Formats: sequence, structure tokens, C-alpha cells
Amino acid sequence: MKTIETREQPPASRSFETLSGHPVREIYTADDLRGFDVPRDLGTPGEYPYARGVYRNMYRGRLWTMRQFAGFGTAEDTNLRFKYLLEQGQTGLSVAFDYPTLFGYDSDSPQAYGEVGRCGVAIDSLADMETLFDGIRLDQVTTSMTTNAPAAVIWAMYLATAEKQGVDWKDLSGTIQNDILKEYIAQKTFIYPPEPSMRLITDAMGFAAREVPRWNTISISGYHIREAGSTAIQELAFTLRDGIEYVEYGMRAGLGVDEFAPRLSFFFDVHNDFFEEIAKLRAARRIWARTMKERFGARDPRSLLCRIHCQTAGVSLTAQQPYNNVVRVTLQALAAVLGGTQSLHTNSLDETLALPTEKSVTIALRTQQIIAYESGVAGTIDPLGGSYFVETLTNEMEAGARGYFDRIDALGGMVAAIERGYPQREILESSYQYARAVERKEKIVVGVNEFVTEEPPPVDTLVIDEDVQKRQCSRLKELRARRDSTSVSRNLAELKRAAAGTENLMPRILDCVRCYATLGEISDALREVFGEYQEPNIF
Amino acid sequence: MTEKKIRVLIAKPGLDGHDRGAKVIARALRDAGMEVIYTGLRQTPEQIIQAALQEDVDAIGLSILSGAHMHLFPRLMELRREKNLEDVMVFAGGIIPDQDIPRLKEIGITEVFPPGSSLAEIVNFVTTHIRAA
Repeated sequence: MKTIETREQPPASRSFETLSGHPVREIYTADDLRGFDVPRDLGTPGEYPYARGVYRNMYRGRLWTMRQFAGFGTAEDTNLRFKYLLEQGQTGLSVAFDYPTLFGYDSDSPQAYGEVGRCGVAIDSLADMETLFDGIRLDQVTTSMTTNAPAAVIWAMYLATAEKQGVDWKDLSGTIQNDILKEYIAQKTFIYPPEPSMRLITDAMGFAAREVPRWNTISISGYHIREAGSTAIQELAFTLRDGIEYVEYGMRAGLGVDEFAPRLSFFFDVHNDFFEEIAKLRAARRIWARTMKERFGARDPRSLLCRIHCQTAGVSLTAQQPYNNVVRVTLQALAAVLGGTQSLHTNSLDETLALPTEKSVTIALRTQQIIAYESGVAGTIDPLGGSYFVETLTNEMEAGARGYFDRIDALGGMVAAIERGYPQREILESSYQYARAVERKEKIVVGVNEFVTEEPPPVDTLVIDEDVQKRQCSRLKELRARRDSTSVSRNLAELKRAAAGTENLMPRILDCVRCYATLGEISDALREVFGEYQEPNIF
Repeated sequence: MTEKKIRVLIAKPGLDGHDRGAKVIARALRDAGMEVIYTGLRQTPEQIIQAALQEDVDAIGLSILSGAHMHLFPRLMELRREKNLEDVMVFAGGIIPDQDIPRLKEIGITEVFPPGSSLAEIVNFVTTHIRAA
């Protein structure tokens, strides 16, 4: 029977690729899945290899955590934003710290000039942490804290705050990002060189295993790697290979794999290419489960779980026509949900211009709530499972990632690879190729290189109060005046002695934090022992 | 006689560690035939001006996404004046709100490039502004 001809369909005018440059064919069929073994490659949710999801009933039992990254100005300012977000229905907290805090500098240090409270909240001591969570009981919320080089100190402040609130550490649940490898690769908020930094991380792992059993000690991150310009496969590969490195270091530090692995968690970007992102998350779960089982012999099923937090891609947002960003974030959030994320942050429409206003962060939160409650997608698990396209893409991404594992293993591991500049150069190349592609209009960015309109940004943006730095400085002065300075000196000296040895530093850091040594003082004590990392200058 | 290459310093002032844009611009300028020196991260205004002096550059490109530009740039431009480097052209990019741009131009920053600026635009800008000097 003759097919009905209406208008002649033009042939494809170009080749098609994902955002990352991965080829996409016209159609995927059963032929593409020849050899696909359902129990081996797909499985059941909550069962090895977890491709379909880490939990048995996923969002039917509990929705992903709506966890908006927030922080600016002083602890009081951010405390109010936390309370606002919780009132608006978010279900977890996520703390953004300012640059001085990320680097272990106090607000009155020379390096902090102009930076205090701008990109996040300024935290100089336990006193600020107590204010940050004033009126928020730490056994009633889970908190994720984006801190890396000084993560042990920030975490100690959180633990000490819990003590002050009368909350038992066994009842605390949350995450510290604490992923130093990706700092060297991408985010660049490192302080110390790799070996002492890894020691701080394994100390946190060991301490959590004994004292804070529901705490996620690392959020092994791909988000920053992706934002720095990597492809999706590089993001997947470098993140999981960082994870492998942490497991190796943990075991070398004398911990049994099942002691700490259940508390490793992951953090991925969700970028524009819808199906590529879904496949990436599915591949991540399957690769991690297989790796933990085959490479490390983990026995506890919880050690095999790749539990994921996602954030929509900051780099995809445009300063031009900012309301378009609401649409981008919606699609990205949907991909995260269809990809089975456990936790999600959605960016606000004005984030290319400034930190989010109350109004714009509310829209971002409502985006998640509309997906959760109105779209129906949360009602069944892994709805794209079995799709010829999605399963093929998942397989291809796994293969691509394993190629990188081999290369990094051959270099001697991730620390060695970083020292040689390998992941950094891969990212440089990918980011430059992408910039060139946008320049040539091979990649269209709506409102930027196509569909451009001449209009100023219509949004009112958040402005950080110029007084923040002054306020923090006077607080520090008061703090130093009222605390027991003998205690501070003694505890800092103890910390330095311990840092030069091999004992777990968490108890010593806690002692410093409890007597109100500042973040800067504690970080500087460690700087004296560990030194500072200088990154290779490559571009 | 071959024309002297334009020398550009690409700098990251303050604690901001987002170097993707700075590195892409640095490479684009290099691909366009310029000599590019990248300062690396966490540069103080003093270090940037010192590097500009030492490297005898024609232009400085400042990349900043932290919001600290209204504090760091004035200090930097003051040092530029003190060191008699006012013939070194300064341009900037990153996350710099529109409302801050007039003030930055007042203190001597020739142009500010928002997110989404094209590489060609920036390369042309540098070429034009140096050759014209």
C-alpha cells in the first residue's frame, strides 16, 4: 500500500548531537538493544544494578527533597531566607557560604575585602552558625552545606550547634560537600595540597561512621565539572572516578568499605539536553553499583547506592531575556525527576545577574512543586526505562565513562591525573569547543545568538547590603574580646600538633570550634602544617 | 617589518574561582594572534598591576563573577594611575550588573562585557582599541 504523501519531508540539514556532542541517530529500535539483558542492565528499582532507581518505590513513597541552595549577607539574613523557603514548602536546607568562608578566611582578613556576604553567607565562628540556625531545630531538618577545603571546620560548627540545641548527633542528617578532588579540577575553592586534604576527608568519614551515622560525608560532585565546561560523559566519568579515589583512600586509611561507603552521596548538573541528562543519571547509578561490587567487593547494599542531588545548570541561564530561564529550569528539573534524583535545586531566573530575590526563588521552588503535584511524572518509577533511545544512550554513556576510568587508572589514579593536569585540560578543550560552536551558531542559545531582542533586563535584582562586612568585623572584635583566649590558643596548638601526626582531627577541630576559635584561625593553623596548594597555570 | 603583537593580561581579581570565561577569552585572543598572559586565580589588585607592569602589556582583561568588583576595581584603577599605566587599556567581564557599569566606566574601565558576549566582539574590541592608541 502506498504511503500517503502530503508535503515532501526535507532531509536532515545537519548532523544531530547532544549538547555534549554525542551523536544522536534519527531513530532507535530494538536492534540497538540487541544483547540488552533486562535483569543485568535494567533490573528493578531498589535492586542491583539500580539503573531504574535507588529505592523500591521511589517518589510514590517519598518525593525527592526540594532543597534550594541559599545564603547571602549575614547569618541573620540567611536564617530569614531559610525560614521563608521552609514556609513555602521546600523540604531540605542547603547552605551557600561566601568566598571568604569557602577559603577559611575571616571577614576581617585582607583577602575578604569586598567579598563578605556577596556569594553566600558569612560564617566566621560557631556564634554565626548558631545564628544561622536560630529557631530551626537540627533534628527537624536535613542540611546540605557547600563547603570543601574547610568542610571539617564548618561541619564541626554544625555539630557544636546541634549540641547547643540539645540535639544528639545520632539524630542529625545532612551532607557536607567535602569533595576536594573536584576543587582542583573545577570549582577551585581549595586551600591545602591533595594529601592533607584527603586526610581531612577520611577523618570526616571515620568520625561520621562512629559518631554521626546518618550524615553524608561527601557529595561527590559533577556539577562544577560540568559548569566548568565538560561534556556530560566527562562529568559522569570524572565524578565517579573521584568517588573511586575516595573509596581507595578511605580503605587505605583503615576503614572497611561498608563502614563509610553507605554515606557517600553524589551531585550532578542537569543541563539542557533532556535525554542525555536522564541517561547520565541512570548510567551513574548502574556504574557505581557495579564498581562498588566488582572493584571494591562491597557487601552492604547501601554501599552500592548512587544517591543523587541535582542542580539545574547555572551556565545555561542567560542574562538576555531572563524570563526564558524559567522555561529552561523547568525542562532541566523534569529531566532530573525522570532521571530519578533524590534531591533537587532549581535555579532562579535572575541568577545570571545576582543571587535570587525572594520572588524569583519562589518561582524556582514552585517549578518543582508543579512537577511533583501536577504533572503526574512522579507516579511511576523510571517511566523512560525500556525506551530504545534512553537505554542505548545509557549504555553509550557508561561505555564512554569507562573509557575515562581506564585512562585515569593508567595515569595512576585521580590525584595523579590532577597533578598532570589531565581532567583540567579535558575541560578546557570541551569548554573552548562549545564556545566556538555557539559563536558559529552550531549551537543555538535562544535570546543570545538567535531570537535576540534589544531590551534591558526587566528584573529587580538582589543587592547585598554594603554594611555586611562592617557588621561581621565588629562581631569578630566582640567575639575575640569575650571568649577565653587561653583556651583558644591551647586548642589551636593542640590542633597543629595533631595535624602533624596521623590522628583523626575532628575531635581537635571540635574543641577549637567550641571555644570560639574562628574559621580563619583554625584554617590558618592547618595552613601552617599542611601548606597551600598552587594550581598549574594552564589555559 | 612585522607588526608587534598585542599583549594582553587576563586577570582574576579577588577570591572568585570561576575561570571558564577568562580561559576561553584568553585562548580566543591567543588564537587571534595576541600574546596572552593569564594571571591565575586569587589575584589582588596589587598583583595584577605588578604583572601588567612586568609583562609590559597593552591591555588588561578582568574577569569577576563574585560581585566584589565595585570594591576591587576602584582599587585596581587607583594603582594603575599610581604606577603610570594609564595607557594600558582595561576591560572587564563576568557578572557585573548593568547599574554598576556607568560607575566602572567613570573610573576608567573602557568596556564591560556581560554574559553572552561573543568572542569575535571581544577580539575586535581589543584589536580596535589597541591599534587606535
